[in-house]
Amino acid sequence: MALLNDEIRTNLQEVFGKMKKEVTIAVFTKENGCETCKDTLDFMKEIEEVGEKIKLEEYDMEKDSKKAEELKVEMTPSIVLLDSEGKDQGIKFYGIPAGHEINSLITGLIEVSGAGEEIPSALKERIAKIKSPVDIKVFVTLGCPHCPGAVAKAHKLALENPNINAQMIEAQTFSELSDKYNVSGVPKIVINEEHDLVGNQPIEKFLETIESI
Amino acid sequence: MGFELNFDSSSIKSDTKNLEENVMYDVLIIGGGPAGLNSALYATRNGLKTGIIAEKYGGQVLDTSSVENYLGYESIPGEDLVGAFRKHVEKYEIPIKKDSRVEKVQKNDNRFYLSMSDGIELKSKTLIVATGSKPRKLNVPGEEEFSGKGVAYCAICDAPLFQGKDVVVAGGGNSAVEATIDIAKIANKVYLVQRSVLRAEKALVDKLETLDNIEIHLGTQVKEIYGEKLVKGIKVYSKEENKEFNIKADGIFVEIGYVPNSKPFKDLVKTLPNGEIEIDCSCNTSLPGLFAAGDVTTVPYKQISISSGEGAKAALSANAYINKLK
Repeated sequence: MALLNDEIRTNLQEVFGKMKKEVTIAVFTKENGCETCKDTLDFMKEIEEVGEKIKLEEYDMEKDSKKAEELKVEMTPSIVLLDSEGKDQGIKFYGIPAGHEINSLITGLIEVSGAGEEIPSALKERIAKIKSPVDIKVFVTLGCPHCPGAVAKAHKLALENPNINAQMIEAQTFSELSDKYNVSGVPKIVINEEHDLVGNQPIEKFLETIESI
Repeated sequence: MGFELNFDSSSIKSDTKNLEENVMYDVLIIGGGPAGLNSALYATRNGLKTGIIAEKYGGQVLDTSSVENYLGYESIPGEDLVGAFRKHVEKYEIPIKKDSRVEKVQKNDNRFYLSMSDGIELKSKTLIVATGSKPRKLNVPGEEEFSGKGVAYCAICDAPLFQGKDVVVAGGGNSAVEATIDIAKIANKVYLVQRSVLRAEKALVDKLETLDNIEIHLGTQVKEIYGEKLVKGIKVYSKEENKEFNIKADGIFVEIGYVPNSKPFKDLVKTLPNGEIEIDCSCNTSLPGLFAAGDVTTVPYKQISISSGEGAKAALSANAYINKLK
């Protein structure tokens, strides 16, 4: 199943032309009991083909359990973006980043390549002050136009501060997890397991919540 | 689950210029929906130094699954229509500030000064307020408590979370009926609850009537949303039968109209009690130099075609005003 058509491929070539350094897409799949693993891997292969600076690494959740552990991958399908030195920047996608989420993936790739948007210095300072570990889960659906905005902000925070990890989680693929976190509206942002935000919140709101912990 | 890609072409242009603090703009347009984008197009083509401030670049049309009443398009996803608007506007390389909110506006010596939520200050000779509106709430017990826990305001976002479940849609206008049709494809059963009669277009109501998993309650008011961790149902009152009863449901989509986003401007311009900014037929507000267009204003009928037309008018009025300033 090819997801990219000629028009999107041309557009993506233009977008990926902006990437500064190489980025590795590490895809984790498993053989059995993962409905969307094959589609996710195929999709990432298509993305790799379009982006000159994009490299794909395929991992099997069981056979490569060491790598999964190293990158703290817990579910499949999942994608971790690694920078040009192969370093984990705390940016993950659980579930296929198709539908609207292709935009989160694009933003993630551009950001990790070093060509991301500058954020105002006042915000940068606030982000730098975060010293304890922060885990941000952003639950999305693929039909949600506001969701990529929330995912991009969480990922940006992760990129700016090594103490922050951020994951996109596709709510339908991981419906048990969605039930556990009572997700019935997206984007839903869960910070350190217990602090909830609903909606595409401004980055200041993420920070306020993190600072209040 | 459909994977069909919704590529946002504006990401290509993410190196569009940002607004600059030390520049005096001719016109700053606040809002990125049809009214804001069309006013940007007209302003820049009239040679005005133009900037756009868009908290939600694309506006509410993004939340519409399908638009069937915009001239020239028989049926187009809201997002694609917005994509066409943006592509057109981006041709002119107008600087855009995204994801940012206006906190405060001041007018001194015929100049406007804006304080933004991220600490940036901007200035301009004129402003066009095209901030649109946000979903109106029911204001019933439980709504706040269960917001995001079964109470939803964006059908295309949240409908997939209610696969095989029972859902209520509150409202009776085009948005409510569209939402009901969309959700009925996924949910087990959809209850459409409306306090008066259906006001949606006939074409939509006809479509609604072809579905077999919906139940329509007219003359019925939502009194309360109840649940534990998540929504379990709603309590309604039927005027006709003069009785209260419960509808068991896992979620409720509130589609009962909109409230104008006029808060940062309330102290500057005359607004109606419902929050709409009062304008005349040239999009003038009570404050010279500040124009308004689209859903945030008193213009009757909140429609994409009307908002975009109003945006054009506001830009032309701003142009005329600036010419007189000189």
